[in-house]
Amino acid sequence: MSILINKNTKVLCQGFTGKQGTFHSEQALAYGTQMVGGVTPGKGGQSHLGLPVFNTMRDAVCQTSANASVIYVPASYAADSIMEAADAGIEVIVCITEGIPVMDMLNVKAALRANGAKLIGPNCPGIITPDECKIGIMPGFIHRRGKVGIVSRSGTLTYEAVHQTTQLGLGQTTCVGIGGDPIKGLDFIDCLALFQADTETEAIILVGEIGGTREEEAADYIKQHITKPVAGYIAGRTAPSGKRMGHAGAIIAGGSGTAEAKIRALQAAGVEVAQSPADMGAAVQRAMQR
Amino acid sequence: MNLHEYQAKQLLREFSIITPRGIVVEDPTHAELAATGYLGGEAWVVKAQIHAGGRGKAGGVRLVNSTEALQHAAADLLNTALITYQNAPDGQWVSKLLVEETLPIAREMYLSLLVDRESERVAVVASSAGGMEIEEVARTQPDKILRELCDPLLGLQEFQCRNLAFGLGLTGSHIGDLTRMLRALYKLFTDSDLSLLEINPLVITTDGRIVALDCKMSVDDNAVGRQKKLADMRDDTQVDNKEVAAQAAGLNYIALAGNIGCMVNGAGLAMATMDLIKLHGGEPANFLDVGGGATAETVAEAFKIILSDNKVRAVLVNIFGGIMRCDIIADGIIQAVKDVGVQVPVIVRLEGTNVELGKQKLADSGLAIITADNLTDAAQRAVTAVQGA
Repeated sequence: MSILINKNTKVLCQGFTGKQGTFHSEQALAYGTQMVGGVTPGKGGQSHLGLPVFNTMRDAVCQTSANASVIYVPASYAADSIMEAADAGIEVIVCITEGIPVMDMLNVKAALRANGAKLIGPNCPGIITPDECKIGIMPGFIHRRGKVGIVSRSGTLTYEAVHQTTQLGLGQTTCVGIGGDPIKGLDFIDCLALFQADTETEAIILVGEIGGTREEEAADYIKQHITKPVAGYIAGRTAPSGKRMGHAGAIIAGGSGTAEAKIRALQAAGVEVAQSPADMGAAVQRAMQR
Repeated sequence: MNLHEYQAKQLLREFSIITPRGIVVEDPTHAELAATGYLGGEAWVVKAQIHAGGRGKAGGVRLVNSTEALQHAAADLLNTALITYQNAPDGQWVSKLLVEETLPIAREMYLSLLVDRESERVAVVASSAGGMEIEEVARTQPDKILRELCDPLLGLQEFQCRNLAFGLGLTGSHIGDLTRMLRALYKLFTDSDLSLLEINPLVITTDGRIVALDCKMSVDDNAVGRQKKLADMRDDTQVDNKEVAAQAAGLNYIALAGNIGCMVNGAGLAMATMDLIKLHGGEPANFLDVGGGATAETVAEAFKIILSDNKVRAVLVNIFGGIMRCDIIADGIIQAVKDVGVQVPVIVRLEGTNVELGKQKLADSGLAIITADNLTDAAQRAVTAVQGA
């Protein structure tokens, strides 16, 4: 098992014929992802990377029965692409695009609440179930199929957690990069619930960072609902207040969203919190041995 | 992106919200003419225009009762750096003053609009405790804070405005006045892609007008591109010049107080690298995310920016090469170290695609680049390097 995506997931690429869409679709195909086509408005009927191109998501889903999509369109069009995918009946929408205006995301979230589609991102590396399906920009080769579920707000820190669990022979079930934006799709709690229900996942790594209070909410949820061992890491202990640290969502505002508060909450919930980013793999190992 | 108070007030007036009459002055000798010739009256407020709060306590807002005092205040504030608790230790340069009329005040309140991350909605926050910092009110008198959350598909409804108006203890025509004002502010906020709009204090004058005495606005950085008018209001003199240079090069840089420069790919890993330096007894000099598609040019640019901070005694490069191959990154580092003429120890930790080839290239370069085996090793070597320096 795994969560959200597996070898049967059929994936469409939105922004298929662009530079990013082309490069990462090639990588996904090489990894074995079941890519079934893509959408670029105005290029419908053409073929790209040996796959059909459609004008609209509605056409594409109709013709291919795809149930997932990945979005590589520029930030000014990405919100529209998310809503188009949801309207076409896509179940898992992965939005890689960085820089979507917050007002657009507020509208997207309101639309998705009524629709029920699951959004991953935006501003994220994507999601991967090793050896089955890779949707996003992560390097496939660092992953190894195994028993740890990973959910993270940061791309390269996800790779660190993956690399360390691979080195330790633990491997991963599914890794979800939920993204660095303040308003986003799936959050820690959604992924924790899925990992808890997944029979193959034996332990979970949660990678958070400064800004917002989702880690604190996740800590509450872990205390009440998660019986599997959980390790965590929070980036940004040395980040100054009031400064946006690269990610739109990574900002300590009015004393809220500090790394210390998140670490305290996770520790109080019994999470094995790594003090160093080099210690995430070892931390989950400790949590599993407790 | 932050706006100045005078710019924010200009936007408020465009949405029919009353502000004190004021005039922007860049030359101290113009202050008197602005006050006596344009504003009239016998007392004025002189407000330093910087992108930071805490101006009042720092002496950046002065009430003056004579033209002599006005000229003195203008000469004192213009073309100096104003240091407040928010922008210490360097402060921010004052190149403009806002000279305003004074108003007889009956009541002070607080009002703000912001994007609430938890509810994923625009929140309108109001409080009868005006003139105080809202975080302080939240701590000491949380029952005085009123909040209404706006459904993005419906916007701010009239009943919500009434909830706030009655909650603030307003009566009579002020209920309708505040409602009209709040609906205008909501439109301004959403149409302009703001991330914060704060009016503190919002006052009722003795003649019964509701007036925005102060105003702070921030624009969503992701939306500046489609807000041309607001983009033109950008004032780079208010930002650390290394941060401005980094932004021009497509890099994310934030200056910190330490002496170990950091160059990292990915915002989360960049923060984690800072934390790791601290964990091993060092102090990071900066946050710097070179992004996923770092080229030799961006790496060189990043070195230049890091080294323009003369506190830097060593540079730690931490790259997890995913799609980007480590050997290409190594080429970029070697080229940059040669071109920029780096004089301090450079510690490099590479991981990911083609890592062995990348390390080999660094070792063969003949440059004094220290290659680290892993994250912890890299941080320790960087800390040791600055301690020896």
